[in-house]
Amino acid sequence: MTHATNGNTWTKPAAMAIPKEGYHMLENGRYGPLYPRTPANHGFTIIAKVQKGREQAVREYGKTIEGAIAGSPDALAVLKLHYLRWVLFDIDGSTYFMYQGIFDTDFDKYTEDAIALFTSLGVNTVFENLEGFPKDWKTNAPAFIKFVRDHQRPSFLEYGEYPYVTADEIKKALRLKEKFSEMLDQMQ
Amino acid sequence: MLEIEDIQHILLTRAPAMTGRYEFLSFKDAAAGRAWLEEIRGKVHSAAAARASVETDKRWITVAFTWNGLRTLGLDETSLASFPEEFRQGMVARSAMLGDTGESHPDKWVGGLASPELHAIVILFARDEPERARCQAEHAGLLARCKGVTVLSTLDLQATPPFDHAHDHFGYRDRMSQPAIEGSGDEPTPGSGAPLKPGEFILGYPDENGAPFAPPQPDVLSRNGSFMAYRRLEEHVGKFRDFLNQNGKTVEERELIAAKLMGRWRSGAPLVLAPEQDDPALAADPQRSNDFNYKTQDPHGYAVPLGSHIRRMNPRDTGANMNRRRMIRRGATYGTHLPDDATDDGTERGIAAFVICASLIRQFEFAQNVWINDKNFHELGNERDPIIGTQDGTLEFKIPRRPIRKTITGLPAFTTVRGGAYFFLPGLKALAWLAGNGNGKDS
Repeated sequence: MTHATNGNTWTKPAAMAIPKEGYHMLENGRYGPLYPRTPANHGFTIIAKVQKGREQAVREYGKTIEGAIAGSPDALAVLKLHYLRWVLFDIDGSTYFMYQGIFDTDFDKYTEDAIALFTSLGVNTVFENLEGFPKDWKTNAPAFIKFVRDHQRPSFLEYGEYPYVTADEIKKALRLKEKFSEMLDQMQ
Repeated sequence: MLEIEDIQHILLTRAPAMTGRYEFLSFKDAAAGRAWLEEIRGKVHSAAAARASVETDKRWITVAFTWNGLRTLGLDETSLASFPEEFRQGMVARSAMLGDTGESHPDKWVGGLASPELHAIVILFARDEPERARCQAEHAGLLARCKGVTVLSTLDLQATPPFDHAHDHFGYRDRMSQPAIEGSGDEPTPGSGAPLKPGEFILGYPDENGAPFAPPQPDVLSRNGSFMAYRRLEEHVGKFRDFLNQNGKTVEERELIAAKLMGRWRSGAPLVLAPEQDDPALAADPQRSNDFNYKTQDPHGYAVPLGSHIRRMNPRDTGANMNRRRMIRRGATYGTHLPDDATDDGTERGIAAFVICASLIRQFEFAQNVWINDKNFHELGNERDPIIGTQDGTLEFKIPRRPIRKTITGLPAFTTVRGGAYFFLPGLKALAWLAGNGNGKDS
């Protein structure tokens, strides 16, 4: 199911219910099923158990990423992201890590780029605190990709207040608004 | 150091061939396949041998196998399982993801290429027609001696006139941009980037990410080997020329449209460096013809449209991790030349090409799935590669222009995939091993 961003699609809030498999129709990318673009764009939700006693280590990576992005704001540009959400929560005495990303491209397409990026940014070792994460992930891309896919929990509902709009389009619109305001100010 | 005496010539050298032939083979059993391989392997040039005798040699042979072929040759299960999944599955199983649908669907492929009975390919590049005929007869003789090895199909190659430079049936000059491999002795032309680590193309060497990851086993089989994606791509020359005529009133306009689809003039001159008119001298000068980028020189695609063929196949400084996505291309044209003033005669003509890389999924399949066929490449929304993308007449091609861009709607398919396969290209020692000096000794 594809939706173009042209026309006025963005003016009409939309919701999409998604079957249990995570897609309406099976279409494979290079590494497995592609998940549909929804009114909330592409995304993934990866949930994995944190190794015992490593909760704090995972939490500290929040600071690491904050610093990395402050030093190099374009560092994640290649992933075409809107938002990342990292969450820790407990079930029955075990801690779980949820890594949720909303972006403008199917993650199958840029899997290898993401791995390269994680290595260069040092996001890497946060995953090493998760149970079942391949120890040789830096050189073993297939195992890294399998871990991500095995721990992906597809949404069954997604909603967009301004559906199908890309991050680039939003940035363009805001830039235009800024220029327009400037122009109005100068005319006074 | 590259073991160039063990690497098949096709990986590192380009034979000065004007003609040639591909033969697609099937083995009845391991004994038949090994007997054939034992006889032919002595005729396969290494890169070192090809370089030493390139002036005098008249023919160059390459041998490669599908996964089904390796299995039929008796490779044990552990070894078979150590090959990457996409190679084990084969191109047919990957067709939907590759965009081989509609007229390009494997059900419509020719020459038995979609069959699991396809086990091997022999590539003959020959300097001239008499040499091709001689080699063809010699191989027919070998096959007559090797009962149990059958020919599924063959394809005769043929350069298209004018013969002073390599080009396809649409008239586009070919071989403009090729990565150079560190330690191969080849110097990259300006704009082609620094030489790449050999492991990007040859198994058993460090790649751009460092040490290579788990090559197929045993090492004697994979070392100095590589993977090849074969594509037999029919070019619909009549349809292409009709399209140019419909979209251009004058010769100049037609040439410009052709250039915009490709990103280069048909001469090979890059639009970034020659945006207004063709420059054949620039095209013929390898020191200049590839020396450009996009981010600073053409960020909005006013010269080279964002969706044009060369911008998709090599986004240069506008793509991420480019060094992990490069490919070596080899191959030739087949079919007769359609004279400029002739209407399409319905004869199949096109390109029969190989993409050589260490990882089919990371290099070839990425290019095919993301660069060529992602409708939203560079936020284009409704486009695929105008030359080799999956086209069904519903997509468009946007040509940025000032003040208002030109949008071509309902772009037709100028090419159709008529066949393809994934091959493993072993080194020379591995060929010997496969022929019996190791392979199957334990069984």
